[in-house]
Amino acid sequence: MIRAALLLLALALPAQAEDIVADLSQDRISISTSFSGSEILVYGAIRREAPIPENSDLAVIVTVAGPREDVTVRRKERRFGIWVNTDAAEVRRAPSFYAVASSAPLDRALSRDADLRYGITTPRALGGPGLGRMIGGDFEFLEALIRVNTATGVYGEAEQAVEIRGQTLFSTTIELPSNLTEGNYDTRIFLTRDGDVIDSFYTSIFVQKVGLERWIYTLAHEWPLIYGILSLAIAIVAGWGASALFRWIRV
Amino acid sequence: MQIYLPIAEVSVNAFLLLGLGGLVGVLSGMFGVGGGFLMTPLLFMIGIPPAVAVATEANQIVASSFSGVLAHLRRRTVDLRMGVVLLIGGLVGAALGVQVFAILRDAGQVDLLVRLCYVIFLGVIGGLMFIESLGAIRRSRATGPVQRTQRRQRGWIHALPLKMKFRTSGLYISVIPPLFVGLFVGILAAIMGVGGGFIMVPAMIYLLGMPTKVVVGTSLFQIIFVTGFATLLHATTNYTVDMMLAVLLLVGGVIGAQVGARLGTRLKAEQLRILLALMVLVVCGKLALDLLLQPAELYSVDVDGHG
Repeated sequence: MIRAALLLLALALPAQAEDIVADLSQDRISISTSFSGSEILVYGAIRREAPIPENSDLAVIVTVAGPREDVTVRRKERRFGIWVNTDAAEVRRAPSFYAVASSAPLDRALSRDADLRYGITTPRALGGPGLGRMIGGDFEFLEALIRVNTATGVYGEAEQAVEIRGQTLFSTTIELPSNLTEGNYDTRIFLTRDGDVIDSFYTSIFVQKVGLERWIYTLAHEWPLIYGILSLAIAIVAGWGASALFRWIRV
Repeated sequence: MQIYLPIAEVSVNAFLLLGLGGLVGVLSGMFGVGGGFLMTPLLFMIGIPPAVAVATEANQIVASSFSGVLAHLRRRTVDLRMGVVLLIGGLVGAALGVQVFAILRDAGQVDLLVRLCYVIFLGVIGGLMFIESLGAIRRSRATGPVQRTQRRQRGWIHALPLKMKFRTSGLYISVIPPLFVGLFVGILAAIMGVGGGFIMVPAMIYLLGMPTKVVVGTSLFQIIFVTGFATLLHATTNYTVDMMLAVLLLVGGVIGAQVGARLGTRLKAEQLRILLALMVLVVCGKLALDLLLQPAELYSVDVDGHG
């Protein structure tokens, strides 16, 4: 009995000295008709078997990445007196949403090597190996993509947004905007010491349209002809209804 | 109350959409225009993607013109034969327009094309209408109502072959000019998300020589089919018709149109026309400035597809 318990304890013991135990306030978001954005609470604790190491900086970084999609970034130039789109660059598999929250400024919380390896900061998440790829064009277009998406609130880095209590408990909130697309939102939590990642925790938030939203979207994409005819029918009925109603009021 | 639009994939205020629909409905009831030329740019401004705005607006115009044509059918002011000829041209035009729209969307130039179309047509029509109604007001102040002499133009339009009798309009002309007018307006309907009434009506009066009393009804009759066809094409090729958005605009629009029709009877025709002309010119000016001034952000992002 005691031997079995000891064995279990040994199995449960982590390889590292410190590791993350974390969870989300919700791992499923339903986009209903009244959906106007959501807030996700990410919380957890740092589990240790050894005493807290001294003289080294602890940091927690949380990232949430939306479904990846191919985007085209276009640049306007003045031609014949008006501003028209000229050059364009394609960015493969750019996340539709990307948020980074950290407990300390990112340049202190994260070393260059760790950022390269895990693709944590926004430019790395877009351009890092195996994650995103630039087709033609230069870094200017990638910067523009980040700038435009940051302005619309789709991308964001919040330094010192993760709160750590007693070197053990941590929590942060991630704001999801109202213009979410459907899919899996990959959530990653990194624990760093002096900029090096010592443990990470991955999970997913599942975002899906429900009810009327789901029905309309599916109909429009699976049976476009029926959807088109139905849209026209609604228009005809509304037009006829208004005319009939106001004729009836007048009588 | 925020409402999430399933196709546009943005969340907007439902009352804002109802209000916009109502406002444009009032204007369209007052001036006898579809109002698409106002609604589509307004939808761009509140953040609806241009492709969704254009396709959904086409659907909304079906409702407002159907409501209008019922009244005209009761008054027998629809030239069905002329309507069908215009319609044949219009359907071909709409099919071409949707193809052009899809090609330009891939090239990233759809925004420019739609804006250029708006600036040119709104500028020309607003300007002409403004000058014409200003002249009319000045004349009526100077000498009171003036009898205008009826003058039939017998130009090249009457020398074309394939003549046909249009009894309701009292015309015996070639079918080629109405076919081309229909084709042209059909292309515009698909690209600009408008019914094209503001181009169709002057073309019918000045180019085809149709009597004014049948012009509006006939124009509305063919607009229903052209915009209906454009809606179907956008729904099946671009998947950009947003039913939720259309319903909100419809409800505001059809109520507004009836209110507007009553308000319209209290104003004089010249005053109405000059107000409409000013409004058209303001929209045109705003769109022209966007093209001429350096934008704050030179870059824009298009989503190609989920990868």
